[in-house]
Amino acid sequence: MNKTFNQKAWYFVIPVFVLVAFNAAVPLMTVVNYSFQETFGSNVFAWEGTRWFKEILHSERFHASLGRQAIFTFIILLIQLPLGIFIALTMPKKGWGVPVCLILMSMPLLIPWNVVGAMWNIFALPDIGFLGNSLNSIGFDYNFTQQSGDAWFTTILMDVWHWTSLVVLLSYAGLNSIQPAYYQAAEIDGASRWDIFRYIELPKMKKVLTLAILLRFMDSFMIYTEPFVLTGGGPGNATNFLSLDLVKMALGQFDLGPAAAMSLIYFLIVLLICWIFYSLMMKDEART
Amino acid sequence: MNFYILIKATDWLIMAKITLKKLSHSYLANQNNDADWALRGVDIDWKDGGAYALLGPSGCGKTTLLNIISGLLKPTEGEVLFNDKDVTTLNPVERDIAQIFQFPVIYDTMTVYDNLAFPLKNRGLSDTEIDSKVREIAEMLELTSTLNNRASGLTADGKQKISLGRGLVRSDVNVIMFDEPLTVIDPHLKWVLRSKLKELHQKINRTMIYVTHDQIEALTFADQVVVMHEGQIVQTGSPVELFEKPKHTFVGHFIGSPGMNILPCEIKNGQINFEGKILPTNTSFKKTNFNKTQVGIRPEFINFSNDGIQVKIKRVSDTGRHKVIDTECKSGSIKILASANTEIPTGSTYISFDQKYTFAYGDNWIIE
Repeated sequence: MNKTFNQKAWYFVIPVFVLVAFNAAVPLMTVVNYSFQETFGSNVFAWEGTRWFKEILHSERFHASLGRQAIFTFIILLIQLPLGIFIALTMPKKGWGVPVCLILMSMPLLIPWNVVGAMWNIFALPDIGFLGNSLNSIGFDYNFTQQSGDAWFTTILMDVWHWTSLVVLLSYAGLNSIQPAYYQAAEIDGASRWDIFRYIELPKMKKVLTLAILLRFMDSFMIYTEPFVLTGGGPGNATNFLSLDLVKMALGQFDLGPAAAMSLIYFLIVLLICWIFYSLMMKDEART
Repeated sequence: MNFYILIKATDWLIMAKITLKKLSHSYLANQNNDADWALRGVDIDWKDGGAYALLGPSGCGKTTLLNIISGLLKPTEGEVLFNDKDVTTLNPVERDIAQIFQFPVIYDTMTVYDNLAFPLKNRGLSDTEIDSKVREIAEMLELTSTLNNRASGLTADGKQKISLGRGLVRSDVNVIMFDEPLTVIDPHLKWVLRSKLKELHQKINRTMIYVTHDQIEALTFADQVVVMHEGQIVQTGSPVELFEKPKHTFVGHFIGSPGMNILPCEIKNGQINFEGKILPTNTSFKKTNFNKTQVGIRPEFINFSNDGIQVKIKRVSDTGRHKVIDTECKSGSIKILASANTEIPTGSTYISFDQKYTFAYGDNWIIE
């Protein structure tokens, strides 16, 4: 067969390369660049090798914010997944209730993140906020600006309010794709409600739940805007999560070297956990 | 095939006679006309241990009827009786039925063994009983070598065998129902599974109801075929009866390949007038006041002759064993089926109808 060789089509890829270079590769390499050097501004750099990485990995401050971050993400997943699945299971499958529920569920997801933070800040203010005021009036000593327990409670409540819907919508989509014959067969086999959930619904939702866990893990692990507006990391360092701490180090203290090293470590942690989780969840898929 | 397993006679004693009385069902809350009903006045009497097929095109109401018998649906009107006992309000577990669906339904995370054991566990049988039953059925369906595999790893026909096994493993079932169970199975395996079902029926002698839109499947599986059309039963009978004497033009069209020739005719003085000629039949017709009268004749029962109805030959297609001849007369087109070695005249010719198989239809129902 006569085949004309013409490689000019490759030129079409150039714009993509340029775009990716400018919005991903170049910024990332700049961070890598900073993480190995010391700078005093005016483009003067001094080579520091792995010093910043060692410093960050041994820094108590980093350990503390990483710990806070891990606990926060763990609690978030622990609440949002079961709650999201539960809400999806109780949502109507047909009739006028479907669009009503879907719209109500999507509302929190459509609100800009800083607005969510501001909303909850006002909502939770102990003197004038509806939540704060109500809690205090029924006898709780609640003040999220001064008591770290209350700050955590409010942050978690805010995130649950904001993001559980995502788990609900994904689970609902997963549930809706199950053929009615599965439920009919289970009914004939004499399965209990729990059996139906355990052996039909949960396995059929596996893929969407994997997605939900990955998305919720990444988003909650990198949470910034909402706690920044709500608590600003306080009181003290109580809600000073990883990204808040990173920004304080980079822009507050202008420690660009350590901040760059920290962001790389941060990035690798997220990547590693996602990869491990995804490979574990997909191990069965590949085999069958 | 391994059918050497002795099945304890007592295991299979429970069977059921199924009676459906004036069954109607609608998926709508209010019904204004016939089209709002998925089922209209269905009456059926099915004996113990028979093999029955519900045959009809998609949307004729056969799955609705099946789901009403199994208890997944409550009928809008009418009664379902098992052994003369009213079970209309009972759920599928209380009715003790088994149903196999169009798509294989398996519990993905369980092994093949656990899938088969699941309905028994839910009914509180002891582990030793479960084990012997599961192994017996696995042997019968040739699943023994895969018992410890995850069910999700099996092929489509393997999965459908599991669905089948979950129905067969229970010794208490009144009736086993199949809802187009071979849809997703490869053609060459269809044949194997179909003969396996037939064999199973002969072995365990339990009432089986098979829903399909495929006439070959229905005619090979069942002793009695129920043909459904627009929510009604148009004819019940053995495959031979359905073929030789269709009671409704739909049965004539739907069964047989090619289907029955149905052409407009007039009925005068108890005789069929077709194309200006009188067609002899074995019946004389008393009732003649119909909106529409038609004559029906299967392509198998038409012969070429020296006089009779004049037709023009349009096309001859050779299917190997037969020749299908498309002809045209004044009233419409007529298909003729002739054996492969028949000499086909060309151009204009005459045909005659076998009088034993010539029927008249008034408003689509046979006139007798």
